[in-house]
Amino acid sequence: MSEFAVELRDVVKIFPTPEGGEITAVNHINMQIKHGEFFSMLGPSGCGKTTTLRMIAGFEWPTSGEVRIDGHVIGRTPPYLRPVNTVFQSYALFQHMTVFQNVAFGLEMERIRKDEIKRRVGEVLEMVKLGGMEHRKPQQLSGGQQQRVALARALVKRPKVLLLDEPLGALDLKLRKEMQLELKTLQEQVGITFIYVTHDQEEALIMSDRIAVMNRGKALQIGTPVEIYERPTSQFVADFIGETNFLYGTVRFVEADKASVYVPVLDSEVIGLATAGLTVGQKAVISIRPEKIRISDKPILTKNCFSARVTLIAYIGSDTRVSVDINGQRINIWEQNKISSLDTNIYYRENQEVWITLFPENTLVLPEE
Amino acid sequence: MREKKPSLWLRLVSLLIYAYIYIPIIILIVFSFNTQKLNVRWEGFTLHWYEVLFNDANIGLATRNTLLIAITSTIAATIIGTMAALALQRYRFPGYTLIESALYIPVIIPEVVMGISLLAFFAFIQFSLGLLTITLSHISFNIPFVVLVVRARLHGFDKSIEEAAKDLGANEIITFWRVTLPTILPGVLSGALLAFTLSLDDYVITYFTAGPGSTTLPLRVFSMVRFTVTPEVNALSTIWIFTVFIMMLINQLLTRSNT
Ligand SMILES: Nc1ncnc2c1ncn2[C@@H]1O[C@H](COP(=O)(O)OP(=O)(O)O)[C@@H](O)[C@H]1O
Ligand SMILES: [Mg+2]
Repeated sequence: MSEFAVELRDVVKIFPTPEGGEITAVNHINMQIKHGEFFSMLGPSGCGKTTTLRMIAGFEWPTSGEVRIDGHVIGRTPPYLRPVNTVFQSYALFQHMTVFQNVAFGLEMERIRKDEIKRRVGEVLEMVKLGGMEHRKPQQLSGGQQQRVALARALVKRPKVLLLDEPLGALDLKLRKEMQLELKTLQEQVGITFIYVTHDQEEALIMSDRIAVMNRGKALQIGTPVEIYERPTSQFVADFIGETNFLYGTVRFVEADKASVYVPVLDSEVIGLATAGLTVGQKAVISIRPEKIRISDKPILTKNCFSARVTLIAYIGSDTRVSVDINGQRINIWEQNKISSLDTNIYYRENQEVWITLFPENTLVLPEE
Repeated sequence: MREKKPSLWLRLVSLLIYAYIYIPIIILIVFSFNTQKLNVRWEGFTLHWYEVLFNDANIGLATRNTLLIAITSTIAATIIGTMAALALQRYRFPGYTLIESALYIPVIIPEVVMGISLLAFFAFIQFSLGLLTITLSHISFNIPFVVLVVRARLHGFDKSIEEAAKDLGANEIITFWRVTLPTILPGVLSGALLAFTLSLDDYVITYFTAGPGSTTLPLRVFSMVRFTVTPEVNALSTIWIFTVFIMMLINQLLTRSNT
């Protein structure tokens, strides 16, 4: 067994456009996906997630670069000879077949004995909670159930890698949340490597062992959910995952893992954690998440602490969302409501003068894009 | 929302329109059972004309020819037409629009023109006229109709089901037989039925491409009614109407079962 279940080396995919031009759907992507990993590709629509997945499945061939499955260079091997299976975005169920026939199809292709097929189909249908639905046609099932058939149909093949292209995209929010947990449990149970495509960042954070954040055909950052959220290495990733505040400026000095940025709107320097490769004089952006900013009545640090005026208060139960203004720069802050009180005086009020602190260890300095 | 009932006026007009369409046909059917030889007055019920019809060797031969031509040309046109529809659905190539429009021209141009051109063509390649030339002609005018019907069916065809089949281990051939064809089958059958019906009652093109001994039913009927419409022709037409009617019913059921 090789070290990685799937490996993409410098993969590029260029499509011709109908107008005679070219579009680079995937632009020099490198990924190493470990055995048994729940790996997600996350990015806005059109960033090349589906194309990447289709190159692993064998529906597209890379223009250049190399796809390896379990260590073997897969080249132009057709889909039906690859040890991977796909759960399609549209489910792609065979409408003229029953649930049983749909799931059994892949096993029939392997020429497995009838009784063995029956046993394995029954088993996998139990696993996805579709026991007793064998004889229904896909049109007679709800969206969630159809999704499970698609899943069962791929899982029954016992692939080395399961590819899932926004499998929950068509479900309503509540069902989606249920299925997220169920899919995650299922993956741990069967131990198959999952490569999961989604444009929903919360979904990726909840389910994944590691995430590749993609934009415009590039994998900008690959890491665990915590790494991606807490230590984004680019402005795009910081912006795309969760919410954040940006302050623009110029790098004044870099020292070890810290950097100082002069921010004109604050007329002050802000110190934060430096991303690799920052140089003095470079345009940079400060990124700090709303839940990591401290509000106080008095200054608590000599640096990274600024006087501000509260402009907006929104009480949302678990949190209070406070917007403050510094010289026309708006900053969003989320305060957790840790105390249960009806006394409105414990909350901030509009037009109140406060101090906000950007703790350097919570503040990131990123190159400006 | 509650459906509105049509007004009395609308119902009356509809009734008149239906009467206008169906009264001649009903008269024809009724007179096929009439003891009198002229289609003027009802005299009494008989099955005599059907008996005459079944004992008419010429009619028998014409029926055999017609069915042979219809079945052969339907099968050929359905296979070719379905393949063409699939190709047009799947591939984009230089000259696509031209080829697509060229396919539909036989539907639009007058049948007489098509008949003459086929006759000229067969004469040009010195091919003697007969059952074979009729069949070839029927195949050629039926292909566009099959393509039209199958393409309508393919519209909205989710090609990811073919990818799913391949993903699950099926090669191209198994994918076609087990997934693509069953999915588009209702469209293919509709196309085939249309082709069959068109071939069955084609007169003009058959007239130009028929040779000695290759008379079909429509040709035979025309020669029988050259002077007057006989009850025998009425009987033949009645059987014909019912055959076509049953085929239309089958087509309806096929289309309905898949929407
Ligand atoms: N078969 C194709 N032909 C031409 N362009 C394509 C094709 N497939 C995808 N693209 C283009 O490649 C880009 C990436 O598409 P895709 O991988 O589907 O993105 P995502 O799944 O992230 O939304 C898009 O701009 C899309 O229009
Ligand atoms: Mg996609």
